[in-house]
Amino acid sequence: MKLTSQTYADTLVITPAGRLDHDNCDEFRAGIQPHLETGGSDGRGIVLDLSGLEYVSSAGLRCFMLAAREARNQGGQVVLAALRPVVAEIFQISRFNMLFEIHPSVREALASISAPAAAAFDRG
Amino acid sequence: MRVRFWGTRGSMPVSLTWRDLRDRLAQVVVQAHGKPLDTLEKACAFVERELDFSLSHTYGGHSACVELLPPGEAPDQYVVCDMGSGARPFGAHVLARQAGRGATIHVFMSHMHWDHIMGFPFFGPAYAAGNRILIYGCHEALEHAFRRQQDPPSFPVPFSQLAASIEFVPLAPGKTHQIAGLRVTPARQFHSGDSYGFRFESGGKHLVYTTDSEHKLQDNEETRRIVAFFREADLVVFDAMFSLAEAISVKADWGHSSNVVGVELCQMARARKLALFHHEPANDDRAIERILRESRRLEELTRDAHRLEVVAAYDGLEIDL
Repeated sequence: MKLTSQTYADTLVITPAGRLDHDNCDEFRAGIQPHLETGGSDGRGIVLDLSGLEYVSSAGLRCFMLAAREARNQGGQVVLAALRPVVAEIFQISRFNMLFEIHPSVREALASISAPAAAAFDRG
Repeated sequence: MRVRFWGTRGSMPVSLTWRDLRDRLAQVVVQAHGKPLDTLEKACAFVERELDFSLSHTYGGHSACVELLPPGEAPDQYVVCDMGSGARPFGAHVLARQAGRGATIHVFMSHMHWDHIMGFPFFGPAYAAGNRILIYGCHEALEHAFRRQQDPPSFPVPFSQLAASIEFVPLAPGKTHQIAGLRVTPARQFHSGDSYGFRFESGGKHLVYTTDSEHKLQDNEETRRIVAFFREADLVVFDAMFSLAEAISVKADWGHSSNVVGVELCQMARARKLALFHHEPANDDRAIERILRESRRLEELTRDAHRLEVVAAYDGLEIDL
C-alpha cells in the first residue's frame, strides 16, 4: 500500500492508496505509526485523505480506529476526507461513519480542524 | 439436509408490543387503500406479495434453537442446536409429531449462557418418560448448568424429577464425531467462558453453526483456522449481533460478531449461504431488514467470481441445503 503525507501549517494530511485489508494492515499500521507519534502530538490534527483508497475491509477499518485512538491518546485528532463512493458505503454499512468525523474534501477536513491549515492548503 | 429455525434472537427473547402491532396494522391499512381486497385469499396474497417483510412478518422472537433434519432422517430422532427459548415450541412440535411414541433427541450446545439453556425447563419431551435426550458439548460444566437452572429458587421442578432419560456427552473440540448419522466437528470460539461452533456434514451437505463468537480477524493464523472451519459450507449460521463499529469499539470483547465479518469470512471460505443469526434484542424488524439489505449490498460490492447468498434467520424459517 502506498502512503504519502503532506503538512499544512499545524495539520498533517496522510494519503493511503490502493486496497486496505487483512493482507496489508500491518504494513499500513507500520507506515502510519511515525506520523501518529509526531503529527498527532501536542493536540495537532491528522487528516486521512481517502481519495485514493479503493477498498477497505473490516481489518482495515480496525486500523483506522486504532490510529484514531493512538492520536487521541497523544492529544491529537483524526478526521477523514474524500471517501470514494464504495468506501463511503462500506463505512455506512459497518457504522464506522458514526465513529469518525468525515468530510467531503480535504479542504473541508482541514478547515474543521485548523484555520491556519486550511489557509495553507488554499495557498497551495 | 433441512435446517429449521425455532429461535433466532440473541441474549434474550423479545416480542412485538401492542404499539408495534398497532403501527404495523395502520401502515398496512394505508398501503391497502383502494385495493380490491374483498376476500381473505386476496388479502393474504397482498400481504405476501406486496408488503415489506418487516410489515408482513417478524424475525422473532425466541432465543437460539435450530433444528437439523438430515436426509433420510431416522424416525423418532431429532437433532437440535442450543436450548434457548425456541426449545419450547420445538418441544411442542416433537410431542405433537410423536403422538405418544418415545423419541431420541440429540442436543448440541454451543455454550451454557442463559439465553442458550433457558428453554430447557419448558422443553416438553424432558417431562415425558420414554424419551431419551442426549446433550452434547465441550464444556466441563455442561451438566451442572442444566441442573442448576432447575434448582430453587430459579425453578420449581428439579432436574431429578424430569421423566425422560437425559445423558450428557462430552465432545472433543477439533475432532470429528459420528452422531445421529451426522459427522459433527466442534471448534472453539472466542466468547466469555468459550463457546463452540459445530460443523455438520450429511449426504455431502455442510452446515456450520457458529453463534456467540467474536471473530476479530486480527490474527491471520486464527482467521485461516476459522476459514477452514467454514470452507465451502452450504450454510453458515452466523452471530451477527452487532455492527462492525460496535464489535470493534464499545462492544469489543463482548463475544459477538457483525454482519460485515460474516460476509468477509464466508467469502474467504467460499461458503454458499450466510444466515444472519443471534439478532440484537434492541433491533426491531425494520432494523434487521436494513442490516440484511446492507449485508447483501456489501456482498455485491466485494464479490469476485463467487456469489454468496445472504439471508436473515427468523423464527419459523426453513432452509433446504
